[in-house]
Amino acid sequence: MFEDLNDLYQQVILDHCKKPRNFHEMPQATCSAQGHNPLCGDRLQLFLALDGDTIKDISFVGSGCCISKASASLLTEFAKGKTKADVEKMFGQVHEMVTTGNVQGDVGKLAVFAGVYKFPARVKCAILSWHAVMAALKGDAKPVSTENEQT
Amino acid sequence: MKMAKTIDWPSLRADFPILDQQVHGKPLIYFDNAATSQKPRAVIDALVHYYEHDNANVHRGIHELSNRATAGYEAARTRAARFINARNADEIIFTRGTTEGINLVASSWGAKNLKSGDVILLTEMEHHSNLVPWQLLAQRTGAKLAYVPVTGDEGLLDLSKLDSLLTKQVKLFAMVHISNSMGTVNPVADLCARARKLGITTLVDAAQSAGHCPVDVQAIGCDFLAFSGHKICGPTGIGVLWGRQELLDAMPPYQGGGEMILSVEYQKTEFKKAPHRFEAGTPDISGPIGLHAAMDYLDAIGRENIWKHDQELATYAYEKLAALKNIRLFGPKTGRAGLVSFLIKDVHAHDVVTLADQAGVALRGGHHCTQPLMHKLGVESTARASFYFYNTKAEVDRFVEVVKEIQKFFGQ
Repeated sequence: MFEDLNDLYQQVILDHCKKPRNFHEMPQATCSAQGHNPLCGDRLQLFLALDGDTIKDISFVGSGCCISKASASLLTEFAKGKTKADVEKMFGQVHEMVTTGNVQGDVGKLAVFAGVYKFPARVKCAILSWHAVMAALKGDAKPVSTENEQT
Repeated sequence: MKMAKTIDWPSLRADFPILDQQVHGKPLIYFDNAATSQKPRAVIDALVHYYEHDNANVHRGIHELSNRATAGYEAARTRAARFINARNADEIIFTRGTTEGINLVASSWGAKNLKSGDVILLTEMEHHSNLVPWQLLAQRTGAKLAYVPVTGDEGLLDLSKLDSLLTKQVKLFAMVHISNSMGTVNPVADLCARARKLGITTLVDAAQSAGHCPVDVQAIGCDFLAFSGHKICGPTGIGVLWGRQELLDAMPPYQGGGEMILSVEYQKTEFKKAPHRFEAGTPDISGPIGLHAAMDYLDAIGRENIWKHDQELATYAYEKLAALKNIRLFGPKTGRAGLVSFLIKDVHAHDVVTLADQAGVALRGGHHCTQPLMHKLGVESTARASFYFYNTKAEVDRFVEVVKEIQKFFGQ
């Protein structure tokens, strides 16, 4: 019945939604940020342990739909061991991909979100954790919201 | 009580051109009626006729078109009075919708009648439209908010607390007639009677009731009642605020401008009486004309018949969903209005709605503009199927099959 949704709910996404990775708080985090999607009520908090510019560890907690949870889970898998610059670059690539469907360069596993652009109402879900990680890296104390996300 | 007549429901469905289409390759099943209803041909035709034949500005015009537009606009006011059994048409103010009606009362009546220490009593199941305007008023005046509690997933008001909440400080009791997120039907006539004994002014949010069941302001015994046109087969952007004449006449204007004045000098203005005092500027003219057609359409069916049909569908849907595993249902078990709010275990409402949409079923998922209630129930959101007289049991059957498929999709 839902064949056309395979673009949105790929197996990898369903798997990460049911069993999110790095899903816990982190008392030793050096920075943290909250993301809030007012439309859905999705809320998540990211925790980062930075060593200089390198993300030594990253985790998240929160609640949300399948897409937002899977996105946060896959983000933590990607970001662990990467530098701030790596994450900022990937933010640009993921943003482009989920809003337009254009995949620029190698996005690895995150390519599972390439079909999200066909579901405008769900772009916010996919991008929430990425806004939160950018805020955490910038040291923003205020929760980020997807309210102004252009879709 | 009028005897229910036999209604040819399938032929009514054919009056709604929009329902005859496919979405994602599947026949559209429109179950988002609590958000907005669809529009019958009669309403669409009334709008087109107005713009093709009668369009002009209302009041003050001397020419023929202006006379026709004014007559149409004021005839809609008289019709709206009859729709809710108001004593006269001067008690009907046209607004943009329920939200603006409530804001008008909060701004005008509230600013004049509330002071620091007074209490505004609401219920925990209010839509944001009957909550935020009162919060803003409380911030401006120093008044406090109090709430009649809701019992939990069943979504009933806990009336055992009412006596202790109806204190001398309460100046206004504002309540929703039918809950948009739970389907609860509140005993508004009883609540208003208890408030009236204590001299408390009452407001009823009839957004979910006005087009679904007979609504009689004199029988309810409230002081204000607001509803929206777009939820009762009318156009968007038009609504009705009803207020008791003596209250409206004593209220200061809501907005200033043309249409609402008797005479204007550089330093002072004399205002018209209600309702025109509250309708500044060129109003939405096609809106009331479309709404007039909608009210005629609904009353030709009979709202008591619509109510019976809505309730039957909702009960049918509730029972079929209750028979499934891993479903949490919200709202009263009996006597519910025409909607069902639910959650599938471990599946977010937005995922449910995206999947249902793919099967052609239009649901709504989210907090339904009742965030405080959602927090109280410990959920972020629910999925909601809301019905109207053009929906069928066959559509409910298909919807329940879709819910089962969604459960399968998520490995349940």
